[in-house]
Formats: sequence, structure tokens, C-alpha cells
Amino acid sequence: MKFFRSHVLVSVDPQCLEMGAHEIVDALNDELVSWGLIDEIQVLETSRLGDPTRFGPDLVVYPENVHYANLSVDDIPYLVEEQFLKGRVVEKFVAKETIVTDDELGAPKAKEVRIVLRNCGKIDPHNIEEYIAEDGYQALANALTSMTPEQVIDEVMRSGLRGRGGAGFPAARKWQLCRQVPDNPKYLTCNADEGDPGAFMNRRVLESDPHSVVEGMILAAYAIGASMGYVYCRAEYPIAVANLNVAIEQAREFGFLGNNIFGTDFSFDLEVRMGAGAFVCGEETALIASIEGRRGEPRPRPPFPAVKGVWGKPTNNNNVETYAVVPQILLHGADWYSAMGTEKSKGTKTFAIAGDVVNTGLIEVPFGLSLRDVIFDVGGGIKDGKKFKAIQTGGPMGGCLVEEHLDLPLDYEALTAAGSMMGSGGLIIMDDETCMVDIARFFMEFTQEESCGKCTPCRVGTRRILDILEKICNGKGTLADIDRLEMLCEEVAKNSLCGLGQGAPNPVVSTLKHFREEYIAHVVEKRCPAKVCRALIRYEITASTCTGCTVCARNCPVEAISGERRQVHTIDAKTCIRCGICAQVCNFNAISVESG
Amino acid sequence: MPEITQTEEICENKRALLDEIIATHRHRPGALMVILNETQKQVGYVSEPMQRYVAKKMRVPVGAVHGVVTFYSFFTTQPRGKHTVKFCMGTACYVGGVPQLMDKAKQLTGTDIGKTTADGQLTMEVCRCVGACSQAPVVTVDDEVVGRIKPNKFPQLIKKLLEG
Ligand SMILES: Cc1cc2nc3c(=O)[nH]c(=O)nc-3n(C[C@H](O)[C@H](O)[C@H](O)COP(=O)(O)O)c2cc1C
Ligand code: SF4
Ligand code: SF4
Ligand code: SF4
Ligand code: FES
Repeated sequence: MKFFRSHVLVSVDPQCLEMGAHEIVDALNDELVSWGLIDEIQVLETSRLGDPTRFGPDLVVYPENVHYANLSVDDIPYLVEEQFLKGRVVEKFVAKETIVTDDELGAPKAKEVRIVLRNCGKIDPHNIEEYIAEDGYQALANALTSMTPEQVIDEVMRSGLRGRGGAGFPAARKWQLCRQVPDNPKYLTCNADEGDPGAFMNRRVLESDPHSVVEGMILAAYAIGASMGYVYCRAEYPIAVANLNVAIEQAREFGFLGNNIFGTDFSFDLEVRMGAGAFVCGEETALIASIEGRRGEPRPRPPFPAVKGVWGKPTNNNNVETYAVVPQILLHGADWYSAMGTEKSKGTKTFAIAGDVVNTGLIEVPFGLSLRDVIFDVGGGIKDGKKFKAIQTGGPMGGCLVEEHLDLPLDYEALTAAGSMMGSGGLIIMDDETCMVDIARFFMEFTQEESCGKCTPCRVGTRRILDILEKICNGKGTLADIDRLEMLCEEVAKNSLCGLGQGAPNPVVSTLKHFREEYIAHVVEKRCPAKVCRALIRYEITASTCTGCTVCARNCPVEAISGERRQVHTIDAKTCIRCGICAQVCNFNAISVESG
Repeated sequence: MPEITQTEEICENKRALLDEIIATHRHRPGALMVILNETQKQVGYVSEPMQRYVAKKMRVPVGAVHGVVTFYSFFTTQPRGKHTVKFCMGTACYVGGVPQLMDKAKQLTGTDIGKTTADGQLTMEVCRCVGACSQAPVVTVDDEVVGRIKPNKFPQLIKKLLEG
């Protein structure tokens, strides 16, 4: 009988098979043969080892009894070399007993205060009774039976609540303006277009706690005297649309929507309207045009929607989050709410943290916390021990903030003064491997594509700014291009009709301000300091560390890598499109990227 | 008014579906967007003959329907493949490695992003942020969000779609 010093049990449960378990068995045998280990280590197939949806494909090594999970064929050469040749456990492949939680919204972290997000993940969004059990619709009952519309407006006014869609206009002031317009019927719209890439606060509330938005809208409608409301939701959020529709249906059944709500003479109904993939429809006049079934092009204001909105009638438009906090304010009182936050920014704000930070996901914090608190305390700091470089706030029309801004309090005024803006609450955190010229180009590509084309400065200007940025990223820019950029930015910002064009230059202006030397490196030295811009970088294999495992060659999308097995591999620079996949998949850290 | 050149007719089933969609929604204010959205969802695209048909039924100029269809990126005038993969190009996903996934997909399918494979099996498109940024890099497969994709796990996903 043969004596094996180790056994490898590979799970070939049907789900693992689908994920490539047999390929892993083949790769293992292959690798063992090539190292001459096939008589010492036996590969066996077994049934399920761990939950395949979390661990598959996986295997266990005996006698060490180590469980390796989420493997791919490409992990095998490294695994065999480390585990069986060098006798070391490969920590990074070891199955980790992570408790599967809500990966967007874990337990509240220190410094978090959850008001808008309080029910998310806790109640069943399809069951109105669970919302009611959390004091849902109580504010509505109180308001309708014991408060006048003016009193509702007054309470929200005193709370200091400002619109959460970006500009931060006081919510109750807007309601008052609309209420005072002597024209009927009046309409309500809820802006659920959330087009800022990197922001998903509104989506989460709509999916997990739709009734809070419905109740907030009914309260606002009562305050304004509106009889019909529309939630305008982007088409990218099908679950939000579905859950909202369920919520509206249930609210109707319970008599919270429809005629004579709570036996009063107040009647109001609500409908969801879907967008169809146009970012500019987040702008309120474009949103109204889209609800009316037309092209979503903004129009000049005034007249403001409060005077002429949907179907030419007075319309109040607020963001999802603005509406969702209203029931809480009425329930706990204006003083409770205004005790949180800063002098001019009251209450809490939700933020979506994405990018190079340890804890990505949603948070809700009182205004006034510093960016440092948000990134390093709540966000857990920068991923993989890298260095913080910049944070983009306010989305594609916002700006970037840097180290020197980290102690700024997060509120509307402070961010604007620093050259960015609050926006809707998307925070993109970038580490020192991010190229700021490339980021500016990326945002400009976005706004250029989303420009509705109605006015020339935006339509033509964004195109020209983008052309210059592309030229710079391709190493073809000149110093004169940088001056031209600045001029164009000024013109586009000044002469565009709506906030899209007016804000489009912001990412360029702010990166030029804080990272001018990166632009200069691109045009003068033809070098991308962060080693991102493909035209200015090259990938190289370090002969001394390359083990010839072939993984890079198998993953290269253009077959630019060659080399015999166990021999040092080389990259053909002419074929290489500098995508960086090889460096990502090389387990031996043998591939580096250089620029200049 | 943009010229509409396509002349091919709409088949029976699609016409019946369109009739039903139009009948259900035509009396709602702002019905055009709702009808086009439903058509895109149920039929899968809104071809030029379909646009003309909707215009006729709704008694609005063809140009108005065409104008709306071309304005919004969700409306497509041609049918998609059996499966659709959309590559999220929101900020988090752009930085998080979606461009690399697109390079890989192009190689595996021999087809450009924005196109359908010759056998009609798979359409690949770029899309805007789907709001799952904390799971970047993200693609959607037939409207289902798939996040945290490693470049060397991705080929399997594509191969499966090309086969099944
Ligand atoms: C191009 C553009 C996109 C916008 N997108 C959104 C959006 O997705 N959601 C939103 O609430 N507001 C958006 N806004 C702001 C709205 O025009 C409007 O100010 C806001 O919905 C008002 O709500 P609030 O007072 O509750 O903040 C956008 C504005 C512009 C110019
Ligand atoms: S600024 Fe741009 S998006 Fe706004 S109306 Fe003009 S072209 Fe359209
Ligand atoms: S560079 Fe060498 S060690 Fe790294 S993946 Fe390629 S062949 Fe393997
Ligand atoms: S950078 Fe991309 S294209 Fe170039 S060798 Fe590596 S994997 Fe191939
Ligand atoms: S950026 Fe891809 S999901 Fe948001």
C-alpha cells in the first residue's frame, strides 16, 4: 500500500462542481505531478465540506485539517507550492467563519445615530404592521387629528430640516411657498432618482423602509394641501419600485392613502413613476417633464415648481430622505431633532461610503462630525494599509477634498466653503493609488454623456473639457492645455442652464487645485504618478520572484504573456493593453507596474 | 422630426401585448413614459415600428414618441440576447476593477461591449451605478446584481452564460 503524507479532500458537491471543482482537482493533480509530489499527496473527491454558497469551491488538507475556501484554478499553483513544498498554511485562502450580516448596514458603529435608517434591516418592508409596531403612522394620526397644516409646517420649520437632495434648502420653507400659491390642485413629487454614482442611501430606505417615505409624503401633502403625489424612481432600482408599490397598496388598505384619511376631509394618493436611465432627470424641472411623459430636459427657473410644476400646477419636490425623516420629527418634536447637528445643519445625514475604505456601506451620523471621524472611525480607515489621498463628495458635480480638509465638520456650509458640496451623501474615498487626472476624466465622461444637450455651453463645453482630459491621460497634453481647461471650466460653470452643466467642471477645478503637480507630471514628464493611465504605464515581471506558475498568462485578456511552465514569464509590451489583471492574479507578487 | 426608416412589421404576439399595455395605461396622465417602460420590460425593446404603433394608438406625433425613446438610455430599439450582462461603470466600480472585467469579457466572447454575440446568446452593456457600490466591482446578470467579482472567477460566469 502506498503511504501518503497528506490527503486533500475537494468538495464535489453539485454547487461546487458548477463553480469549477473538477478543474481544481485537475489543477491539483497537475501541479503535484509537476513537482513530483503525486506519490506523497493524494487528492480525493468528497461531498460538501462547507456551505458552497459561502465557501465553494473548497477543500480540506489532512492531517493539518486546514479548510481552504473560494478557490479558483489560479490559486492552486501557489497553494501547492506553499502548503506542500514549503509546508506553510496559506492564510489568505483559509475559510473564515464570517457571520453573514447585512454587508451594507451592519450594527451601528460608535458615533452613528440612526433615524432615517432605524428600521432598515430590522423590519419586513412588505409588512405594514411591522412598521406600525415601530410607531409607524402615529405621527400621521396625530397630525391629521390634532394639528393644522400650518402647525405641521411650523414644527418642521423649527426642526431646521433641510432638503437632503443636495442644495439643502429648508424643507418647511419650500412647503410654505407651495401652500401659499393660490392655485389647485397641488402635487407632491419625491425625488428618488439618486443618480450620483456611489450613492445608495435612498435605495436602501426605499427598499427596507418604504413606509417611512410614504408617511412623510402624506404628512407633507397635508401641510401643503396636495392631493396627489408621485415618487420618481430610477429604473436601476427595480426592488425599490416593487417594495414601494407594495407599501402604497398596503397604506391604501389601511386607509392612510385615498379619500378622507382618518375620517378627515383630507384626501391624498400616491403613485410610483419610473425613470429610464437619464441622470439629468434628478434635476427637478427635468423630473417633472419626465413624469409628464416627455424628454427629461431641464427648463429655466423661475417659475419654480412650487408655482408651476407637474401639469403646470404647484408642486413640492423633495428628496427621499427629506420625506423619510418628517414622521420622526413630528413624533419626537422639533427640539429633539434640532439638538443634533451644527448651527445651520440640523439633525442627521446618511452617507454611502464607497471606495478604498475598510467598512464600505451606509452610515448615518449627526451633522458636524469631521471627515476624519467618518473615514477613520466609522469607515475603519483606508484598505490594505494604504494612504488616504482624497475624498469625493457631492458626486460628479462635487469636488474632492484632501488631507488638509479632514478636520472640517461635515455640514452644508463647510463643504461648500472648501470647494466641494454636500450633495446627496455619496462619499468616494480614494487611496494613493488613484490618479486624480483620471478621476477628473472619469467624472467628465459621465457628465458629458449625461448632458441633455439643450444648452450649448454644457453640450459643447463638457465635450471639449473631456477631449483635453483624454489627451492629457494619453500623454499627449501640453501645459497650454491646462490653461485652456481652466478657461473652459469657468465658462461652462457660468453659462450653463441647469445644475448639471454648472457643476460639471467642479471635479476638474478641485483636482487642479489640489493635485496640479499630477497634471504637470502627465503633460511634462509623460508620467502617471499613481500608475493608472494606461498610455503612460507598463507592466513588468520580476525574474527573481516569478515561479513560472502560468496563472498570469492564462488570465491575460490579450495573450500578451508567454513563458514555459516553471520558467520565468515575459510580457510582450506591444500586445499588452495594460489592464493590470496579471498583477492582480499573480500570487507571488512578481508583476509590477512602472511609469515614466 | 427624426426620420424613421425601419419598415418591418410587428408580429401578432407583440401587437397583442402592446395593445394590452396601451389599454391598461393610456388614461393615466403622462402615460407615454409608463407605456414605453412597460413595453421595454415586457417585450424587451421598442423598435421603430413599435414606436409608430404606439404613436398611432395614442394619437401623438411619431416624433414625440421617438424623441422620448432616444432621450432615455434604458430604451433599446433592438432585441437583446438571451442573457444580458451589464457592467457597472459607477465611480466605485470603475475604481474597483470593472474596466478589467470588460477587457476579459471581450476576449472570452470575441464581442465588443455594447454588442450581442453572433449566436444571440449574450448582450454586454455598460450601465450606471446600480447602487451596490459597497460590493464593487459589480455586474448585473439578467438584472441580478453580482458583486465582489475577482478577475479570475469571472470567466466562469461568462462561460456559463454563453452555454446556457
Ligand atoms: C443634474 C442634477 C441631478 C440631481 N439629482 C438629484 C437626485 O438624484 N436626487 C435628488 O433628491 N435631488 C437631485 N437633484 C436636486 C434636485 O433638483 C432638487 O434640488 C432636490 O430634489 C430637492 O429636494 P430637497 O429639497 O429635499 O433636497 C439634482 C439636481 C441636478 C441639477
Ligand atoms: S446644463 Fe447641460 S444638462 Fe442642464 S440643461 Fe444645459 S445641456 Fe441640459
Ligand atoms: S508572473 Fe510568474 S509567478 Fe506571477 S503569475 Fe505569472 S508566471 Fe506565475
Ligand atoms: S497588463 Fe493586462 S494585457 Fe498586459 S500583460 Fe498583464 S494581463 Fe496582459
Ligand atoms: S458604482 Fe457600481 S454599484 Fe455603485
